Amino acid sequence: MRTLILKTASDYLLPILLLFSIFILLRGHYLPGGGFVGGLMASIAFVLHAFANGLKDTKKLLKFHPGFLMPAGLLLSFLSGLLPVILQDAAFMTGLWLENPIPVIGSIGTALFFDVGVYIVVLGVTLTIIFTISESA
Amino acid sequence: MTQQFLLYPLLWQLFLSIVLMFAWRHIQIQKIISIVGSAIGVGLSVALFYEVWQNGTLVVQAASWKAPFGISFVGDMLAATLVLLTSIAGLAVSSYSAASLIPARLRFGYFSIFHFLILGLTGAFLTGDIFNLYVWFEIIIISSFVLITLGGEKAQIEGAVKYFTLNFLASIIFLTAIAVLYGLAGSLNMADLAILIPQIENRGLVEVAAILFLVAFGIKSAVFPLYFWLPASYHTPPSAIAAIFGGLLTKVGVYALIRFFSLMFVEDVLLDQILMVIAILTLISGGLGAMVQTNVRKVFSYLIICHIGFMIAGLAMFTELAIAGAVFYLIHDIVVKTNLFMISGLIYRIKGSNRFKELGGIYKEYPKLSLMMIIPMFSLIGVPPLSGFWPKISLIIASFDTQSYFILAAVIFASFITLVVVAKLWAEVFWKDPDKFPKKNHFLYFKKMTLARKLQMILPILMLTGVSLYLGFGAENIQQLSIRITSELMNTDFYINAVLPNN
Repeated sequence: MRTLILKTASDYLLPILLLFSIFILLRGHYLPGGGFVGGLMASIAFVLHAFANGLKDTKKLLKFHPGFLMPAGLLLSFLSGLLPVILQDAAFMTGLWLENPIPVIGSIGTALFFDVGVYIVVLGVTLTIIFTISESA
Repeated sequence: MTQQFLLYPLLWQLFLSIVLMFAWRHIQIQKIISIVGSAIGVGLSVALFYEVWQNGTLVVQAASWKAPFGISFVGDMLAATLVLLTSIAGLAVSSYSAASLIPARLRFGYFSIFHFLILGLTGAFLTGDIFNLYVWFEIIIISSFVLITLGGEKAQIEGAVKYFTLNFLASIIFLTAIAVLYGLAGSLNMADLAILIPQIENRGLVEVAAILFLVAFGIKSAVFPLYFWLPASYHTPPSAIAAIFGGLLTKVGVYALIRFFSLMFVEDVLLDQILMVIAILTLISGGLGAMVQTNVRKVFSYLIICHIGFMIAGLAMFTELAIAGAVFYLIHDIVVKTNLFMISGLIYRIKGSNRFKELGGIYKEYPKLSLMMIIPMFSLIGVPPLSGFWPKISLIIASFDTQSYFILAAVIFASFITLVVVAKLWAEVFWKDPDKFPKKNHFLYFKKMTLARKLQMILPILMLTGVSLYLGFGAENIQQLSIRITSELMNTDFYINAVLPNN
């Protein structure tokens, strides 16, 4: 089912949803949100694009197989946990923070990179599952 | 630096699985990474073991949140020993699966999931927090569920459904028990609980929590009457997978039982009696089950159940010697059971079947291999001076000391029945003249394998046999180790002070 309205709307919705997912990701340290929800939203953006334009177009847009995102995100989270062990000989997953907060994003620490890793993993897993199902359907 | 060392074996396995996921489509590269990585993992675990042996318990508070608020990882002697054994079994099975599994099964991330399983096991042994233990159990279940269904044969799916349903039920009961305990004590840190539980006034509810934990871990460790999932599922996946399952999965349950009932729910007469009855019935029913089976792997599955009884018996008697026997048996059992399932896979490769009536004459064809295979079976029975013999001595002496003659009888009965089962197996599989059966087409028989592949299958068996022999002939060292573990377990202040130094 391809309608012109959905197709046109999805072109605008994709960047807006992706931006919103990043907003939710950054918001997650103290407020509801975070990597998991953000990742789900980002994958919804791509799924909507796939509904409107077909799977092929979305795959072309992504340029690589979403399955690749799983180990990449895991590696990022893993390294963010490992960083304090290497730098300060502190326990695994100890939070390291930059002293001065950066405008817009706020204070940056290893927890942010951990959450970004979760975001990427969730995006990869959801897209892999949905693409596999819609390919075989 | 030394404190952080505790988590290295754990983090290394996680790192390995991530790297293996990057190499998703390249099976050959995955095989090399997995085998080399597992060997490095053994190195790390040996270093951890040495560190703990020399300098005592290591504790890491994850993310530097102080106990009891954060998650503690505790490497005492028991945990370090089990991590070491896990990594040794992991190395053996990694090499063995590289040789024995067909590419169709390896294609869907087998090695990556395999290392996640080892990660879950290592984490379960190291954690000092009950909820974290639950999470590691989930990692173990999920990855083992993937491993047991990889390949998607009908029998596999059937076995997997039984396996998953009952283990899932165990998880739910485990979670319920955690909820009850948290409502009572307000903490889930094991060391903290060891202090809090004796102070709780509502003893009835404490007992309920204890029983719920007992049922949950009872299902996991396959004790009577909760073992039915095990013989229904362990013979369905390829033997490499069954080897890691048989060697380690049930033992995590036993480990959890030992930890919980020696640290937190200590003085409870009712529980001791329940454990004693369970131990006796497990020993008898597992042994009898093994007697009537006519499939090599089903026999081994029932023997797993039977021998879990020895460890539960040691825990039930709860004297220093009995626990030492249980711990020694745990060490011996991990090595031997992993090895036995790999042997069943080797038999399958040689003859193309695991059913008694299609087997026979292996001794005539491969006398040296047969002799190699008999050593783990003899240590399983406990023929002196092999490894199964020594812990049984401790258990028997302990049962005299505590005058629990039913346990004494059950231990002797189970040892005897193991002897009968192994003798029957030896006669049917190795000595009997085989009937003529048509050769399977499209089946890679052991004879047709390349030498490198044969070695990849035989070397892990040889390695574990070597470990078994060491456990038998170096029994003095292992006994010393078990006694040290026991003294750490019996003296709970030791564990508590390590985790909560300012208490």
